[in-house]
Amino acid sequence: MDYLPLISLHSGETCKIGRIVAGRSATKRLYEMGFNTGAQIQVLKNDRGPLIVALCGHKVALGRGLAQKMLVGKVR
Amino acid sequence: MSYTIALVGNPNSGKTTLFNALTGSNQHVGNWPGVTVERKEGQVQRGNQLYTIVDLPGTYSLGALSEDEVVAREFILTGHPDVVINVVDATNVERNLYLTTQLLEMGAKVVVALNMVDEAEDRQISVDEKALAQRLGAPVVPTVASRRKGLDQLMQAAADVIERPLNGVVRLSYGESIDAKLAELQEFLVKGDLTYPPGWLGVKLLEGDTYVRKIVRENASLQSSEEFGRLWDEIAAQEDDWQLEIVDRRYQFVSAITKDVVQRPGTAVQTATDQLDRVLTHRYLGLPIFAAIMFVVFQLTFAVGQDLLGDLMATGMGAFGSILERVLVNAGAPDWLIGFAGSGIIGGVGAVLEFIPLIVILYLLMGLLEDSGYMARAAYVMDNIMRAVGLQGKTFVSMIVGFGCNVPGVMATRTLESRKDRMIAVLINPFMSCGAKIPIYLVFIAAFFPSYGGLVLFSVYVLGILIAFLMGKVFSKTLFKGETSHFIMELPPYRLPTVGNVLRNMWDNVSGFLARAGTTIFAVVSLLWVLAVLPGGVEPYGPESILGRIGLVIAPIFGPAGFGNWQAAVGLFSGIAAKEAVVATLGMVYAGVEGGAELVGVIREVFTPLSAASFMVMTLLYTPCAATLGTIRKETGSAKWALFSALYTFAIAWVMAVLIFQIGRLFGLS
Ligand SMILES: Nc1nc2c(ncn2[C@@H]2O[C@H](COP(=O)(O)OP(=O)(O)O)[C@@H](O)[C@H]2O)c(=O)[nH]1
Repeated sequence: MDYLPLISLHSGETCKIGRIVAGRSATKRLYEMGFNTGAQIQVLKNDRGPLIVALCGHKVALGRGLAQKMLVGKVR
Repeated sequence: MSYTIALVGNPNSGKTTLFNALTGSNQHVGNWPGVTVERKEGQVQRGNQLYTIVDLPGTYSLGALSEDEVVAREFILTGHPDVVINVVDATNVERNLYLTTQLLEMGAKVVVALNMVDEAEDRQISVDEKALAQRLGAPVVPTVASRRKGLDQLMQAAADVIERPLNGVVRLSYGESIDAKLAELQEFLVKGDLTYPPGWLGVKLLEGDTYVRKIVRENASLQSSEEFGRLWDEIAAQEDDWQLEIVDRRYQFVSAITKDVVQRPGTAVQTATDQLDRVLTHRYLGLPIFAAIMFVVFQLTFAVGQDLLGDLMATGMGAFGSILERVLVNAGAPDWLIGFAGSGIIGGVGAVLEFIPLIVILYLLMGLLEDSGYMARAAYVMDNIMRAVGLQGKTFVSMIVGFGCNVPGVMATRTLESRKDRMIAVLINPFMSCGAKIPIYLVFIAAFFPSYGGLVLFSVYVLGILIAFLMGKVFSKTLFKGETSHFIMELPPYRLPTVGNVLRNMWDNVSGFLARAGTTIFAVVSLLWVLAVLPGGVEPYGPESILGRIGLVIAPIFGPAGFGNWQAAVGLFSGIAAKEAVVATLGMVYAGVEGGAELVGVIREVFTPLSAASFMVMTLLYTPCAATLGTIRKETGSAKWALFSALYTFAIAWVMAVLIFQIGRLFGLS
């Protein structure tokens, strides 16, 4: 699967987490919040400011810097 | 004997609500030793058995990423709770069970409170609690904490588990190679005679847990073994891979369970939250709406808290003061005691009580915003602006709290994870104009700007925010460079606020405030009074008194700012003790009264509109009160930062006041 940064997805698109290339503690925090490899998320909002994504039906706001470092694979 | 129950759960799982519902008003708040994490305890009586419930910090994990996590796991491992109640959000089982698996790894006796089952039902999510219990090897009790449902069954299950010895801990597998390494480690760790379960230590070592590494490294008997040394090096080389592998394995364990136990509707049910968020987090509308909400909050706070209830309280205190004075006079009390009761107690502590209503209303409204889920959106919409000045959205929440009182404002910075964010948030919080400063502004507004009161007050607040932003930017470029912090925040669904939660939150803030009024503020106000009447024989609050002489010494500093008289200096000096004391002190030194029309009259003669403006700016920005400085010391863990905060705020305030006065004069204002 081709990975692209989460930030390049549009709202409404769904993807699976592939790899996170942020710092050690940020990566672990994301993993532990449920953004682990293979977790499916849907982008709800990606225009200005942090992204909002849905993970298991719950909303999480992610800073744009972080979304740059989250590599995902699109799911249709 | 009382049994101990530890309460753990993810943030937003309803843990606080459950704790409040179980313990009612039987609560006690303190601090964990050595850290600034809050320790909440409460008691429950069931039959003739007493249970102590310890509310552990809400966390996603029990690693070593934050103080919260370390505190929680330390208590579970070494505090010997008789049972651990794990609050699991029924709408979010897939993620909440991650924490549960770690409890199982620790070998804790767990009871799962499957909370928010009402909401799960609304969203057509079904959780088979019997199957879940079987797979976890722990009882599962459905609850609705906000409506007190299932509490009795939960306590019953906890009591049963306490009586019954632990049977068969569920073991996780981390894959062949890690399992093998764990077995190898275990042999050594068992011999190490450490206070923690060896199995758990092994997992944490492979996870690269800094805290556990330290424990093992400092264990002499382990480190003397050459074989162990070899194993240690091998682990160090691989722990980056293992760390994420272990997290993954936990999720695999969880998803194997949830696959069978949880059923979700094919397409997510559209909820009211989605509709609301479309507007409240809108790219253009989000900020104006937030501004409007804050505006309404402050309007209500002033209208109800200040004008209505505050004035009522002031009248009450005044009446109480004259009764007290009459009683003392009739009883033939000495003059000094009458004076002390009048100016010391009524003037000082009374001034504090007068704006309790304001704080009550402000924190009630903030509690509503918090409990409804809006506060997370506020942080979200502010993130953009805050980022531009080197801060992040969550910092703004602690700033809003500071508008009530900077002490809880500084404490609210605990939600910030990175040290950089936290330190900056602590240092700029005092620029948020606290409730205690309002009476000071009101005196000057009454004297000079009676028809622009609202506008002046608003400008003062805005100036405080702007200076905070500016200093935030400066600090993030100088003292706390690097470590850019990421914004990760859950946006919980909107909910109708629970009355109990809102009241409790208000009470936590206000009671801390009352406690300070009764102790610190009472003490400093008494001290100020003593300084004002000594040495014996001088005119109380006159220039000859110790207080007056202190004022005379520092007054010249304020000459360039336009208020270089000793009375103003004394007023500012008393404000370092407590901002509540400023108006009463000014009243005594200028007019021999505690405030009111006489004071306004004198102020009008001594100040000019321009020097009034510069004095207000000085008041807004200068050194925070003793209670805030004490809190800064506690929260930053160092007296140095408290001292720094005291000095740099003073410097900024002085520069601003002087600038305003001098530039104003250039333009011919007076
Ligand atoms: N519908 C529903 N809401 C709940 C339940 N328990 C708590 N809440 C609400 O969920 C929100 C978060 O709860 P809180 O106790 O602050 O969560 P904590 O972060 O885990 O301490 C609050 O608005 C509560 O009123 C529940 O069982 N059902």
